[in-house]
Amino acid sequence: MEFLSKIATNNGHGENSSYFDGWKAYDSDPYHPTNNSHGVIQMGLAENQLCFDLIQEWVENNPKASICTPEGSNGFKDIAIYQDYHGLPEFRNAVARFMEKVRGNKVKFNPDSIVMSGGATGAHETLAFCLADPGDAFLVPTPYYPGYDRDLRWRTGIQLLPVVCESSNDFKITREALEDAYGKAQEANIKVKGLILNNPSNPLGTVLDRNTLTDAVRFIDEKNIHLICDEIYSATVFNEPGFISVAEIAEEGVVCKNRDLIHIVYSLSKDLGFPGFRVGIIYSYNDAVVNCARKMSSFGLVSTQTQHLIASMLSDDIFVEKFIDESAKRLAKRHGLFTRGLAKVGIESLKGNAGLYCWMDLRRLLKEPTFEAEMELWHVIINEVKLNVSPGVSFHCSEPGWFRVCFANMDDETMRIAVSRIHKFVIQTTELDQAPTRKQYKRRKLEISLSFRRLDEFKMTPRMLSSPHSHMTSPLVRART
Amino acid sequence: MKLLSRKASCNSHGQDSSYFAGWQEYEKNPYDEVKNPQGIIQMGLAENQLSFDLLESWLAQNPDAAGFKRNGESIFRELALFQDYHGLPAFKNAMVEFMAEIRGNKVSFDSNNLVLTAGATSANETLMFCLANSGEAFLLPTPYYPGFDRDLKWRTEAEIVPIQCSSSNGFRITKSALEEAYQQAQNRNLKVKGVLVTNPSNPLGISLSRHELNLLLSFIAAKGIHLISDEIYSGTVFNSPGFVSIMEVLMNKNYVNSPVWNRVHIVYSLSKDLGLPGFRVGAIYSNDKKVVETATKMSSFGLISSQTQYLLSEMLSDKKFTKNYVSENRKRVKQRHAMLIRGLKNAGIPCLESNAGLFCWVDMSHLLSSKTFEAEMELWKKIVYQVGLNISPGSSCHCIEPGWFRMCFANMSEQTLNLAMQRIKSFVNSISESNMNISPNQQYSNKSSRRKSFSKWVFRLSFHDRETER
Repeated sequence: MEFLSKIATNNGHGENSSYFDGWKAYDSDPYHPTNNSHGVIQMGLAENQLCFDLIQEWVENNPKASICTPEGSNGFKDIAIYQDYHGLPEFRNAVARFMEKVRGNKVKFNPDSIVMSGGATGAHETLAFCLADPGDAFLVPTPYYPGYDRDLRWRTGIQLLPVVCESSNDFKITREALEDAYGKAQEANIKVKGLILNNPSNPLGTVLDRNTLTDAVRFIDEKNIHLICDEIYSATVFNEPGFISVAEIAEEGVVCKNRDLIHIVYSLSKDLGFPGFRVGIIYSYNDAVVNCARKMSSFGLVSTQTQHLIASMLSDDIFVEKFIDESAKRLAKRHGLFTRGLAKVGIESLKGNAGLYCWMDLRRLLKEPTFEAEMELWHVIINEVKLNVSPGVSFHCSEPGWFRVCFANMDDETMRIAVSRIHKFVIQTTELDQAPTRKQYKRRKLEISLSFRRLDEFKMTPRMLSSPHSHMTSPLVRART
Repeated sequence: MKLLSRKASCNSHGQDSSYFAGWQEYEKNPYDEVKNPQGIIQMGLAENQLSFDLLESWLAQNPDAAGFKRNGESIFRELALFQDYHGLPAFKNAMVEFMAEIRGNKVSFDSNNLVLTAGATSANETLMFCLANSGEAFLLPTPYYPGFDRDLKWRTEAEIVPIQCSSSNGFRITKSALEEAYQQAQNRNLKVKGVLVTNPSNPLGISLSRHELNLLLSFIAAKGIHLISDEIYSGTVFNSPGFVSIMEVLMNKNYVNSPVWNRVHIVYSLSKDLGLPGFRVGAIYSNDKKVVETATKMSSFGLISSQTQYLLSEMLSDKKFTKNYVSENRKRVKQRHAMLIRGLKNAGIPCLESNAGLFCWVDMSHLLSSKTFEAEMELWKKIVYQVGLNISPGSSCHCIEPGWFRMCFANMSEQTLNLAMQRIKSFVNSISESNMNISPNQQYSNKSSRRKSFSKWVFRLSFHDRETER
């Protein structure tokens, strides 16, 4: 007898990808300002750590939200026994209102159409189970978040087919690309059940413009396939042109004749910075999907202890407005710092206005325009420059040389150090002066200098292999990037 | 083109079962001592509400645990960011120690072999995804928890083949029943990947005997298959012979270095023992590294909130608290169980002699108009709508004999339980009265009216001597 199932023994979990080499390098040598200043800086983790002070302050001032404090223990029993998969009404109401606020109150969300899930990870898998049968396919624009390969395919048996987007038009999704992908599926006799959109995009850091979004909705309507809009970065939009949610298009009712095809995935992991609390949301305009997803939510409900906390926090209108505003400001500042830092050594990134990362263009540093060269460059960046960044190939990018770099999961000082390491590396390897002019792509010999470290400004402190002092080890994040 | 998936359009979620229909009726008309004294009393929900005061007092004395603090310092940020699917080490340590404590410390567990999941619901589904391919089968003794139909089969596309147990031997698992089930699966062209048992059993309320556990291990050894032991009620064993975990037998029988060692997996949860179903705390324990590794990756789809992990790691690390809780909780379950038994006896209703669980497996076959499942449904409807008690019919648990019902006793106050007992007694009386033709048009009443009991014929039904297999 085969000991385990096929699902258990295949690679659908996606963790054997070279993508995780970066994580391993970080885990074995994590940067720490005093204990390990030469360690690897984690820039592969799309976390939002910029506004914890605001949240912490709110939690201190609102002990009732933590049901088990003396102030809040009256509600303990009711919360602890509540296992209804509809979720606490106050939780659903608060989440609906929050989602509306993030969209500038341009749309309304019905709390009864809100379904819980085990993070956005659980939400995606659940929607795939609801909408598609094994062997069916979803179309997904490249580059896309690597976790989709696991979330949408692993246990569901569904396929993901790429809608190829290119740098020549800033990776925008074109109707041609959509039709092309759909056509290829038809030829291969693969049934397409839906299209996944990630807006704002991970890894691009851009939002969908109205035309693209409208056209995508028109497309799925014409083909009578589903549209899953992953809007988990919606509150990380920090600049114009601002965020247009698919909800706006759905409510307008002009383009989309059949709202039953539209579903939104949401989460508090990125906007609020709470990945540990596992708050995932499915919002659907299709009642049958809401019902089915809700039954499936039994496999990943949100802890009522957390539901209660979130309900309290997100019902505090004053706090929420202040938070959304301040978070955007800090993200804008951090993004600006980082991209200007890159520009100083002639590194460009895709012009973005959202997300917790940059889509960095390192094509001119490649030995040759191949993915092998990208991998080589990446290993140098991890092992020599000591930055864990994510290579474009792991996002299924069609062109080599692009890297996603996260900037919101560290403090200002660490950011400064990361930028400085990039500076040194670029200066060293391109043999160019520091004029911030736009460089054309040239074939260059990549000189890896082990003397890089001698240029370090920092004190040479003994390297310690142990993680930072906190009681909890630094997150070995594989659940979500 | 069909808009939704097959899974979305079928009935494998199991919610059309009468098990859930009763809950819906309860929701429409829930009993409340003050606001709705004629409402339906919920006896279909296996919750443990008996020991909340113990939890509440611990919380009051340890405010840091829920206030995101450690030693007065805020750790909110670390908790909010902690999404490692290996789980909070302090929590896993506390969990395995708690599990050992419940087993009288006769076994010990390694926290590296523990996988955290969002409730036992998720644990069971995850194990199925790990062990069975689509279309493959697990054998389950009947009667079993109705939720298994959804948890084990729905999205996994696995099958369940029943191991038929009967009242003739107190619903114990026998060798012949196991073999017969295996054969049944073969006949249906289903590959059997394992056996899943609940110990203590839901809905029977009995802990498996050593004999049964040994039988199971020999069986899975012979067939080369897995054994999942769902032990979520392990902390509710209140009487002898006491709880024997599969892990104990595994170790005693020197299976330690055999292949069987790697094929036994335990499911646990804090929903029943601690009464915290809302917090979604489940776990898989396995001696097999690959199972642990795979289940850990799959747990991404249903991790436990770090907020909850932290709170419970503090609570369960308090050994003084856990020791006291485990013993006090047992006492209260025992006491409450005795109350139910007395009330049933008073109404002339026998039940399976049990030593665990938050419910009793009650025999109302003597009240059936005929020994059929249709008659069982008829009786069930009367009990829900006229008597005003939501109890779970045996057919929803796949019991092969009609007339059995599961009645929960730990999810209500003593007064409510008393009222439930009065109602059932009135009901039984009125049946016997109408049968004896005393009041031909007597309506069943669900008021708590006092009535002299003269239903001798009911008491003639003896409590069967349920000889348990040794």
